[in-house]
Amino acid sequence: MDAALTVMDELTTEDIEIRLLLEALYRRYHYDFRNYAQASIKRRLRQARQQLGVATFSALQDRLLHDPEAASRVVRLLTVQVSDFFRDPGYFRAIREKVVPHLKTYPSLKVWIAGCSAGEELHSFAILFREEGLEDRTLFYATDINQSALDAAAQGIYPISRLQAFTENHRLSGGRSSLSDYYTTGYGGAVFDKSLRERVVFSDHSLVTDAVFSEMHLISCRNVMIYFDRQLQDRALGLFSDSLIRNGFLGLGSKESLRFSARADDFVDFVKDEKIYQRRMA
Amino acid sequence: MIVSGGAVAIGASAGAIQMLLRILPALPKTYPLPVFVVVHVPPGRRSELATLFAGKCRIAVQEAEDKQPVIAGTITFAPPDYHMLIETDRTLSLSTDDPVFFSRPSIDVLFESAADAYGAAMTGVILTGANEDGANGLRAIGLCGGRTIVQNPATAYARAMPEAALARWPSACVLGPDQIVESLIAAVDS
Ligand SMILES: C[S@@+](CC[C@H](N)C(=O)[O-])C[C@H]1O[C@@H](n2cnc3c(N)ncnc32)[C@H](O)[C@@H]1O
Repeated sequence: MDAALTVMDELTTEDIEIRLLLEALYRRYHYDFRNYAQASIKRRLRQARQQLGVATFSALQDRLLHDPEAASRVVRLLTVQVSDFFRDPGYFRAIREKVVPHLKTYPSLKVWIAGCSAGEELHSFAILFREEGLEDRTLFYATDINQSALDAAAQGIYPISRLQAFTENHRLSGGRSSLSDYYTTGYGGAVFDKSLRERVVFSDHSLVTDAVFSEMHLISCRNVMIYFDRQLQDRALGLFSDSLIRNGFLGLGSKESLRFSARADDFVDFVKDEKIYQRRMA
Repeated sequence: MIVSGGAVAIGASAGAIQMLLRILPALPKTYPLPVFVVVHVPPGRRSELATLFAGKCRIAVQEAEDKQPVIAGTITFAPPDYHMLIETDRTLSLSTDDPVFFSRPSIDVLFESAADAYGAAMTGVILTGANEDGANGLRAIGLCGGRTIVQNPATAYARAMPEAALARWPSACVLGPDQIVESLIAAVDS
């Protein structure tokens, strides 16, 4: 009988399995998580393994290659949907007080909410732009790779239990109106006024594999790149840099930063504490 | 996979500040390891933890930012409302994944990722607290051959968390506050 092979330990078996699984997901379904930050991918794949009742990542890979339904569950698990209206009110206050005065100098505006989740951030911007008198000249692009999140965003319906927190955040962001002006409550929840979504283009767009948008004045991409590794973060930042007009604005999540990126030089701090940057003049 | 130069991860909940005030300021100026800390705090705009401890510690203190390289001899607090994870390339990453045991940041999330990144070179410490977060994480560190320390529940402000950790990983060292400090320092002297 042959002796067992020696195990090489640069990578653990699990790490190898995960790489193969992500490769399979990409080849089969074109969802590319290969360069996502490994630690949280691993955590979520462990959850997927448990939920689908399989013992190993290899078995999970087998399952999702042959069962598109299971694959779609895994993709949903891998694209985390945690968001809020006016999440980090200080960010929206800074947009209102520092960025809006610049935006007012343009006759027409394009704003891209990248990784818009179920639309909380988009609706926050739409309300803020209406309050600031910018709505009529603005076209919003709201993108995500999670189709059910995009569908939810286009519906604009949220559980009534979340309204209290939404209202408080809106107030803290310097809101000039009452949030209740924008929704009606019914059996299904709070339905936000569809006029808020009249000037919005929803689209399935991946920061990993898809192309640039043109001539954006403001891009808000919050808590999306924390799920990327550095290489992928650099790609996304390149995309943003190429999509923005000169002096256009980029807003990130409150714990994200350009400090550790190769593309840092494309941008200058605009409101440092709120992670709002401005595209450098070419 | 296991790389030299380990790291310390500490998790604490109810009663955390007082315990950490006994441990962290006692680390010497030359302490060579990175120290990651998760304290359960209500989500707020900015945590005061890093500021509070910076004034009292002899080594550097900071709050984590996403993709930051791990720094030796520095205490890094997880920011409120984000999980903090350690990547195998020794950078920090943050996530807004669901809370674990109602907690974000969660001790389990930090410890499990740290076990993957540092293996046997990892030391995990569970202090006072009133829930079960950290028990699975401590076990993960133990299973990788890392050092596991649990505050003696008798000395803890809230004993549920150290007790849960011991139930899940009974071979952890059970130490009082001063012994924890000694043990963290002794481990790097030898
Ligand atoms: C945590 S949510 C952030 C939601 C919102 N921007 C906020 O800060 O509240 C992350 C979102 O990023 C999306 N996402 C993940 N990978 C993506 C990619 N490659 N391209 C675009 N969106 C992505 C997820 O589907 C999810 O909706």
